[in-house]
This record gives sequence, C-alpha cells and structure tokens, in this order.
Amino acid sequence: MAPLLQVEDLTVTYRQSGSRVLALREVSLHLEPGHILGLVGESGSGKTTLAMTVMNHLPPEGQVQRGRVLFDGADLLQMPAAGMRQVWGAQIALVPQDPLSALNPSLRVGEQVDETLCHHLGLDRRQARQRTLELLQSVHLPDPGRVAESYPHQISGGMQQRVLIAMALSTSPRLLVLDEPTTSLDVTTQASILDLIRELIQGRQTAVLYVTHNLGVVAQFCDHVAVLYAGELVESAPVVELFGRPLHPYTRGLLDSVPRLEAAAPGGNGRGKIHPAGIQGQIPPPGARPSGCVFIDRCPLAIEICRTRPPLYPSGPGRSSRCHRWEEIAAGTADPRQPAAGSSGQPAADVPQPRSQPALALRDLQVRFKVRRSLLRSLLALFTRRPAQTLRAVDGVDLRVRPGETLGLVGESGSGKTTLARAVAGLQATHGGEMQLGGAPLPPGLERRGLETLRRVQMVFQNPDEALNPYMSVGASLRRPLQTLLKMKPVEAAGRVRALLQAVRLPPEYADRMPSQLSGGEKQRVAIARAFAAGPELVLADEPVSALDVSVQAAVLDLLERLQQEHGSALLFISHDLAVVAALAGLVAVMYLGRLMEVTPAEGLLQPPHHPYTEALLAAVPRPDPGEQPQGVRLRDEIPSPLDVPVRGCPFHTRCPRFLGPVCVEQTPPWQVDPATGKRYFCHIPPEELRGVQSS
Amino acid sequence: MTAADFRTLEQGQAPAAQPAAAQRTPLGLLRALFSRPASAAGTVIFLLFLTLALLGPLLAPYGANEQIAADARQPPSAAHPFGTDTLGRDVFSRVLLGARDILSLAGFGTLLAVLSGTSLGLLSGYLGGWFDELLMRFFDSLLAMPALLLALMLLGAAGPSRGSILIVIVIVYTPIVARVVRSVVLSVKSRGFVEAARMQGESLGAILFLEILPSVLPALAVEAALRFSYAIFLVASLGFLGVGVQPPNPDWGLMVKEARSSVAQVPWAMYFPAGAIAVLVVGVNLMADGIRRAWTEG
Repeated sequence: MAPLLQVEDLTVTYRQSGSRVLALREVSLHLEPGHILGLVGESGSGKTTLAMTVMNHLPPEGQVQRGRVLFDGADLLQMPAAGMRQVWGAQIALVPQDPLSALNPSLRVGEQVDETLCHHLGLDRRQARQRTLELLQSVHLPDPGRVAESYPHQISGGMQQRVLIAMALSTSPRLLVLDEPTTSLDVTTQASILDLIRELIQGRQTAVLYVTHNLGVVAQFCDHVAVLYAGELVESAPVVELFGRPLHPYTRGLLDSVPRLEAAAPGGNGRGKIHPAGIQGQIPPPGARPSGCVFIDRCPLAIEICRTRPPLYPSGPGRSSRCHRWEEIAAGTADPRQPAAGSSGQPAADVPQPRSQPALALRDLQVRFKVRRSLLRSLLALFTRRPAQTLRAVDGVDLRVRPGETLGLVGESGSGKTTLARAVAGLQATHGGEMQLGGAPLPPGLERRGLETLRRVQMVFQNPDEALNPYMSVGASLRRPLQTLLKMKPVEAAGRVRALLQAVRLPPEYADRMPSQLSGGEKQRVAIARAFAAGPELVLADEPVSALDVSVQAAVLDLLERLQQEHGSALLFISHDLAVVAALAGLVAVMYLGRLMEVTPAEGLLQPPHHPYTEALLAAVPRPDPGEQPQGVRLRDEIPSPLDVPVRGCPFHTRCPRFLGPVCVEQTPPWQVDPATGKRYFCHIPPEELRGVQSS
Repeated sequence: MTAADFRTLEQGQAPAAQPAAAQRTPLGLLRALFSRPASAAGTVIFLLFLTLALLGPLLAPYGANEQIAADARQPPSAAHPFGTDTLGRDVFSRVLLGARDILSLAGFGTLLAVLSGTSLGLLSGYLGGWFDELLMRFFDSLLAMPALLLALMLLGAAGPSRGSILIVIVIVYTPIVARVVRSVVLSVKSRGFVEAARMQGESLGAILFLEILPSVLPALAVEAALRFSYAIFLVASLGFLGVGVQPPNPDWGLMVKEARSSVAQVPWAMYFPAGAIAVLVVGVNLMADGIRRAWTEG
C-alpha cells in the first residue's frame, strides 16, 4: 500500500536567544492508511515538534532546514497557508493534549462542532446541528443535547476530549494526529477514550499518528512504533517486535524503566521491586548534544565507534535501529541492561520488625468542604432554610500503616486521596475521627503540633517546580529543616547537607545551585532529601513522580524506597498509577469518593477477588506488552461529582460493573475479608462468589 | 477544528521563559532597563532629577527666595534660563531647589507606604480569616475615596506640614501596595515549598520573609516605582491646592499655583515648574514599565 504520509530527512531548528538549536535531525518515517504509528519519546525528544511539522504548523521560532513532508504525494511544507486551511481539519485532524484550552470557553460546545461542519462540509446551521448531535452520540456522550448546550467548563475532561474527538473525526480526515490525548485523564477514562478512537477509525482507513510518552498505551494501541531521542529517530519497528526485542539501548532502557503491575505478583516481598534507573543521566539539552551517537553519554554499551554518528541501520523487515552495535544486541552478545546496583532486590534486613504500635492509624477520619455559595443563594437559603451543601472529601476512613511499611493509596482524581494525605500532614483541618502517630494522638492542624511531632511527619509534594523555593539555593532549602527541627548549628547543618545530597545521588556542588538550574527529577530528589532530613517516622508522598519522565521516575522511586528503608520510616504513597504503586507498596488501599473500597497486600493486588472498582482500575491500566491486555470490565461513566455521592448504600453502585440490584442502592455494604489473599473489601458480594466471576 | 487547537501546540513547544537571575541584581536590572529606548529614557530622566536634587544648592545660580527687583518678569535669557517671576525670583534656581523637596517627600512617603503595605499584605494574605477580612474591608473603604480627596481631608485635620504630607502618602498608598502583595501571597502560599516550610516548624516571620517575600519582590518593585510616580504627582497637587508645602518654599506645585494668576504676563514662571512635574512623572512611569518588563518577561 502506498504510504499516506511520508516524512523524508526532516531537519528542524529553533531560534533561541540568537542562536539556532537543532530540534529534529534527519527524521524519516512513513505511515500507511489504516495504520497507527506511535511516536514515543521523553520530554525534549522532539516528538511534538515532529507532529507540528507534519501539520506544517511550526511556531515562528521554528524553521525547517531540510526535508519534505509528503501527504498523499504533495509536499505540505511547500503549501501556502491558504492551501493548508483546506487540509487542516478536512484532511488532517488533531486531538490535542489539553482539551480545555483547545475549546473556546465562551462558546457552547455544540456551536463549536457546528462551526467545523459548516466550514468544511458546507452544511447550513440546521443540518450542522443535526449532524453534531449524531457525532456527540457516536462518541458515547450521554445526553448529547445537553452536552451541545453546555459550555466547555461545565463538562468533565473526559467529555471534553470526546467532543474534540467528535470534532476531529467529523470531516472523515485521512490522517489523525493525537498529541498525548489521554495524558491529563484518569486511567479509567483513558481506557474508554482509547476504546472509542479504536472503534471510530475501524474500517475508515484513517491513518493515526499517536504522540505519547506512555509505553503502555503504545503497546496496546499502535501497530508500529518510532522512538525519538534528542531529536533523532533511534529505532523504528512493528510494535510486537519493538517490545519483544528492542535493538537500541535507549529503547531497552525505556522499557526497563516502565513500572509493571506484575511487580506485585506473588514472590515479590513488597520491596526492591523498582528496577534501578533503567537509564542513567538525562537527555542532553538542544545545543549541547554529542556529535556522534546522541545517546553516547547515557549508553552502557558505548565504545570508540560510537563517537561517529551511526546511520539508521535496517535491522529487520520493517524495522531499523540507529545503533552501531545493533547486531551484537540482536545476537545477544551485548546486553544493554544496566548492571543492577548492589542493594536492590535484597530482602530488606534492616527494616525494623513490626512493633505493636502502628506508625499511623486513622479511625473514621472525616474531612468535609463547605461548598461556597453566591451571596444571593446564601440570602435565599436564609428563607428556604436549606442547609449549606457540604462535600465529604474523606468519609470515614480507617487505615493502619506499620513502621517501615509502604502503603500505596490509589484512586481516580476526585477520590479524596490527596485530601487524606493533607489531613495527616496537618495541612487540612479534619471534621471527625481520630489520627494516631506511633500510638499517640496526632492533632489535626499544624498549629497544634509541637516541633517533635512535626519532625516525625514529613511530605514530598507532587509538583517539582513548586516543591522548592525558587529564590533559595538547594543547600539553604536543605539546611532549614535541620536548623528548625533538629536545632543544628549552621556549620553542622552545612555538613549534613552534603550527606543528604549524597544520599539522593547528587554531587555536593548542587548545594550552591538554584532550583531553576535543576531538572524536574533533580528537584524532586532534593525535595525527597528535605523530607528525610530530620529522620521522619512517616513520609507522605503525593504523586511524587507523576510529573517526571519515565526514565527519571524509576530512579526517583528507587531513591525514595532506599531512603525509606534506611530510616525505617513508614511511607504513605499516593498515585493514580497502579503499576507504580504495585512496584513500591507492601499494602495497597483503593479509594473512591472519599471512602476506602479495598485494602490488600500488594502481592494479592492482581489476584481475585477484587472489589469491582479495583477490578475496573486494573483492567484499564494499559500493559506495556503488546497482546497481554486482559479483557476486563470497563466503567461506563466518569467519577460522579463528590456532591452527588449516593447517600445510602454503596457509593460505587452508580458505576459498578457487578451491580446486584436494590441491595447495593439501599444497604451499606459490609467489609468482606478474604483469608486466602489477606485482602479486605467493601462490597455485598462475598469473596468466593467474586473470585468465581472474576477468574472466569 | 478551530484555530485554538493549533495554538495549544505552539504554547506547548515555545521555550519556557526563565526569569533570568542576573536581572535581579541592581546592575543586571540597569542593563535590562537600558536595553529598551523608552525605559532607558525614563531611567536617564529619573537619574538626572535625582542628581539635580542632590546637587541643587551647588548648581543654582541664585537663592530660592533671592529677589532681584530690577530683573522681575524677565523672559528666559542667558542670565535667567527659565526667566524670573513677578517677584524677581530666578525660576531656574527655584525649579532646581524644588526638586529636593518633592523627590524626598514622594520618595520617603513611598518607601514607608511600601514597608507598611508589604507587611500588612503578607500578613493578611498568609493568615487569611477574620484578620484578612477586616483589614481588606477597611482598605476598601479607604480606596473608595479619591486619593486627593482623602489627602485633603487628612491634611485639613492635621494641618499642612512635611510630616503630615508623609503620613498622607502612607495612608493613601498602603492599601494599594497591600492589595498587590496580598494577591501574590495568595498564589504562593499553597505551593509545596511554603507548605513544606510550615511542616518543618518554621516561624511565621521566616515563612513570610524568607519563603514568601522573595516571590513577591518583582511585583512589589514594579508597584513601588509606579506608586513613586503617583506620589510625585500627589505632592505637587497638594502644593498647588495650597495644603502641601507652604510658601515661600520653592515647591513645584506651589510655583504653578502662584504663577497662575499672572500667566498672561510671565507664562514661563508657570510652564517650567509644570513641565518639570510632567517630565519627572513620565520618566518614572517609563522606568516602572521597564522594571516590569525586565522582571516579568525575562
């Protein structure tokens, strides 16, 4: 079949403060109708630049130095803007990463879809609206009429993305460019969006260029994968072969960095399951790239010949690798796997034995938010005597974490997991229940905690860019807790700072650096060092790696685990990524709408019986191995607004794939205990029965 | 597909503007100011007036109240570059000598207003609750009145003197500075590093001044420069209305007021001090804009 899209020898530069830096170098690829090409790379690899160049829509600072983009035989780069306007939308459609900023906030959703139809298909208003409603129906939006009349901010992120998909496909384009369309969505929403795209393009011969950093999604969704690194195409192969037998050391490293759900399988002892840094170091910034092989600085196989730039060797039918040593890798005589560092994988002998007192105990913890009302509504409420609405963010949570243990807390966004951690941290007031730290009451609210209590509970925050004071050097940021919590003298503290930096594998010179000179992973390392500086007994980590690239994630998680073991601290680890939790935690708690649904030892996470919610979450995680995706249940809708939590019965009954009937609506489920796996879950269905349905 | 789709792609790729650390040093800021013609002009004007204020007594050919009866009502000439007024005083010397009064009153007034506004804004934004609510409502009531009216009322009660002019500037500008500071504090206080500091048992002072204040400084510097230009205008207006600096001091506003009645005969006695006010205010405004660009656009 003749390729629909052919990128030939594409070289793109960016103007940056006077000089030109290389963003893409001699990239070639092709895409046939009906195929899905995954474009994989970490931030800075040039994948978005490539997608934009394919659409002939580079920002003004970008310039194509060489190469062609042939779409159906015509070079798009030579096409004038007026010509491109006939191509954009009609021939090539885009689904962007952030749905909210792609929709016009001041126009109703329906009007925006109408506009596309009127412009490209020449329909009149009435016909367009008719078609819009059909399109919204086709992307499985409940109540298309209501959605069409809503403004973008009134519908959820998943629904916004569905609208954009409907818009992109409305003109039956021949090429669909998807730029990380699910990155900002929950795993359950991501699964249903991917299902939807697959369904819609089937039989239409639409070619898809899928830009992502998520290897799980690539494995499940794409036919062919192109791996970009530092602006160069380093490997290209059919998806099964790429995942089965990568022929470039970078691809191997990337695959090894991905946390896998299976890490939780029985046999693991809940520790040392994180593969230490699949790839050392970090991607060189544009302008400082090596002249030979771009990966040379981080490659475990680098030898003398790698100082010359490798060509793209054809390494098999339909695949190629930009590595001088691909034949050795293929033959198995050169192993790009990094030698595992010493202590990892060893059973943690120095972990303190479980003492009688849990490090953290929560009993019936409640956190509520008052919903703000407008002045008018408050006045009306005075007359109607309607009580102010409250949102139960955390609703009666019981939880125990033993010293030295890692508890992974998972759930979709809006499930209340961050609020729970903030309540324990003292950053959020509580409205009932009890918290205990090492057996003694833990007062809610920081003002009521003494220095000693403060020392014992520390936190690692989600956003690395906000975790460190931008106007304070790394050394000063690390000295502060030592001086305030441990009452160290400045000189003594300065000495400890060096040890702290060493513990997170940063050179001592970093003490004088400002946060703006650090990469995201380095910032998060400093934040981890700061949290452990005063020897806490409990560390709360709120999505500490969700903002980092996958090769950096592994290294940061590895560090977090090591420091935790060294200090024997308990760790409450929050993540929306089940695989990360499975790799790190000994105990996993699943939260939904402010309540716990299931608490399970990590070894038992993958084994039935599952709470139906856990079952759906597990089925939604894209496995980073083609063909290994379990066919499981899908959640129909999205997480309801916490204001619409069912008052009686099971909070999950509105979405439950194992819904029984009135009993789920009317009666609060009991906590079931499964003796075989040691898990507890909140459901009417007893373990044996649940195991029966879920094993088949 | 709408154009908005493409815009997101662009923004995703545009190299992030890093606030250059060099621009936070005085020399770096000066370099940034001189990189644009408008802000360079403003800076030159401000520095020129500052020099004149410092060296005025050395440069002025005559005393402020020195009357040369024979030379009264002279148009500008080599002997009297700005001419003389109805009483035979040298306008050039009076404009020169007046620079010190207006710059020092406006300067110190702004400084005090910035200090009190910053402290109250930091506290109010960080603590929140009833303290914030009370203070902000009080400031709202002050801001509801035009600055000049408020100043007139206060000066009417306190009587005109340099001290009371200073107090007026502080009272008029503290709420405005506090609001600007508070808005930055609100956006900074929920960031990880501030919460981390709270969890590390940092004192209130350390959190406000070590953790939060540095993030407020860029906005504060811009606001201070802007307030300074308005303070110059306010001092001149008060002088013109007769409740500011009192005669026979060579205040620019006062000079405009005194020369107003005889503008047909000695227009220069009014136009030169009025021009001085205008040039200084425009200059300081251009400089404030330059600081804003240097610190917010990187």
